[in-house]
Amino acid sequence: MANKMTAWDRLQIVREKNRPSAADYIPLVFDRFYELHGDRLYGDDHAIAGGLALIDELPVTLIAQVKGHTLEENKRVNFAMPHPEGYRKALRLMKQAEKFHRPVVCLIDTPGAFCGIGAEERGQGEAIARNLYELMQLKTPIISVVLSEGGSGGALGLGVCDELAMLSNAVYSVISPRGFASILWKDSSREEEAANLMHITAEDLVELKVAESIILEPAGGAQRNPKLMASNITEYLRSTILKLNKLPIDILLQRRYDKFRLVGEYME
Amino acid sequence: MKEPAGKGSENMLQQLLQQVKNRVAMPIISSVSDRTINVPQDLLYRCPRCGGVILMDDFVHNNRVCGECGYHSRLSAPERLALTADPDSFIEYDAGMTSCNPLDFKGYPKKIEQLQKATGLRDAIVTGECTIKGQPCVIGIMDSRFMMASMGSVVGEKIARAFERAAERRLPVVLFAASGGARMQEGIISLMQMAKTAGAVSRYSAAGLLYITVLTDPTTGGVTASFASLGDIILAEPKVLIGFAGRRVIEATIKEELPEDFQTAEFLLEHGFIDMIVGRHEMRRTLGHLIQMHTREGVSGLGE
Repeated sequence: MANKMTAWDRLQIVREKNRPSAADYIPLVFDRFYELHGDRLYGDDHAIAGGLALIDELPVTLIAQVKGHTLEENKRVNFAMPHPEGYRKALRLMKQAEKFHRPVVCLIDTPGAFCGIGAEERGQGEAIARNLYELMQLKTPIISVVLSEGGSGGALGLGVCDELAMLSNAVYSVISPRGFASILWKDSSREEEAANLMHITAEDLVELKVAESIILEPAGGAQRNPKLMASNITEYLRSTILKLNKLPIDILLQRRYDKFRLVGEYME
Repeated sequence: MKEPAGKGSENMLQQLLQQVKNRVAMPIISSVSDRTINVPQDLLYRCPRCGGVILMDDFVHNNRVCGECGYHSRLSAPERLALTADPDSFIEYDAGMTSCNPLDFKGYPKKIEQLQKATGLRDAIVTGECTIKGQPCVIGIMDSRFMMASMGSVVGEKIARAFERAAERRLPVVLFAASGGARMQEGIISLMQMAKTAGAVSRYSAAGLLYITVLTDPTTGGVTASFASLGDIILAEPKVLIGFAGRRVIEATIKEELPEDFQTAEFLLEHGFIDMIVGRHEMRRTLGHLIQMHTREGVSGLGE
């Protein structure tokens, strides 16, 4: 916090092409990862990867939105914009985690849920709603980490959790700053102004009690030293899992409910 | 609200066009080519779905349903309440709750104040207790006149409290959903209302209680992606718009024209996301029956 960075500055860092994605972190943070595919209903959405991972000998269920680095990779993962089957795969694997008493780790990094004909036909709204509903009562700890970009309902579908952490340059918002400017000012070129007004940075979200922790990035951003970044993520996950695993389930679920129940500002 | 007659036909035509434009500017399913209609505005209703023009009197007497295509147009919360609840049975919850300005967004408090004056509401939802055909329930009605019934802190809090009270009193919940989505002016806080409301439904449901949602025009965005899609029974009014993403956003993303019936109640029924389409004239009776079939007395006392 030496020289105060604006939300816009952070957005530029997060948008750098060589910014590590979940695919880069997974082999660095986890000792083993078996990817498990498909929602058992329709298909396998590459925008969300899920499976069984080990962190310090401890099995967890890992769910991750995966951005690519090349156009080819991004086509395959649909620029990390999930379809309903992605959210349903995530839910299937989280229910599996509950059954086997494994904590769930979600790595969030998406511009938003995909907007398209198939997504609507297969119930994008219902898929996200169902995840919010089920995750609120899932009887195992859930930790979510926003790696770069948390885009609206598409992020929240993996974001109902006991603890939310943000990498220090990551942003999380109800709509992209460009969309915000376009809707509220009918002028998408006022993107920078919107970004700085929307309270989307890690510090903002901790202040608003939406996030609990900030995972420090190396100077200049995670891309400058992915290994160091990965070890900071590992350390955070390790200590948070230990902490949450100690809580009785009913207390954990009450905390989770209250965390979201208390967000909001109104007068009576 | 009637305009004085005899202002000159040009002026009247302008007003009429403006009104047609206003109606067409609402999120619509199929764009209808503009027609010029040479008649005073308050006499006619032009359906944004089929483009049909019907007498305003007929339209209002028909509970604001288009007599040509059956499109169920928007109702205010007081109109909806009058059509749904038994007379004098409604007791409002949290009537005084109003928005703050968590992001210090310029112009937001003023907009709220203007809409409060114009609509008589405090925010985009009215909640409370009532009876429907004698069946006690907790009811919530969203009103699209208030910032397109977008969900901010007030909507989220009132819905969460409605479910919590319904759980305490072991009452069913009937929620008439309508929304353009999240309340942009409240930023991430509005997004969190999705988790808050879905969480409240989740707890309420775990108590074994009945939740009926009625999707009305338009139900979109963060409301579709939270409590509106989580009813035990999901009803929708005919021809209304229901979806996650906006039509224009989808068209811009995939650069294709969308099918005519895309995101209508009928489209959702066909794809398995709602239980029934129920017309406005049948709604009250249907809700009464559905609630009664979930009470301990069961169907023994079921009327016609």
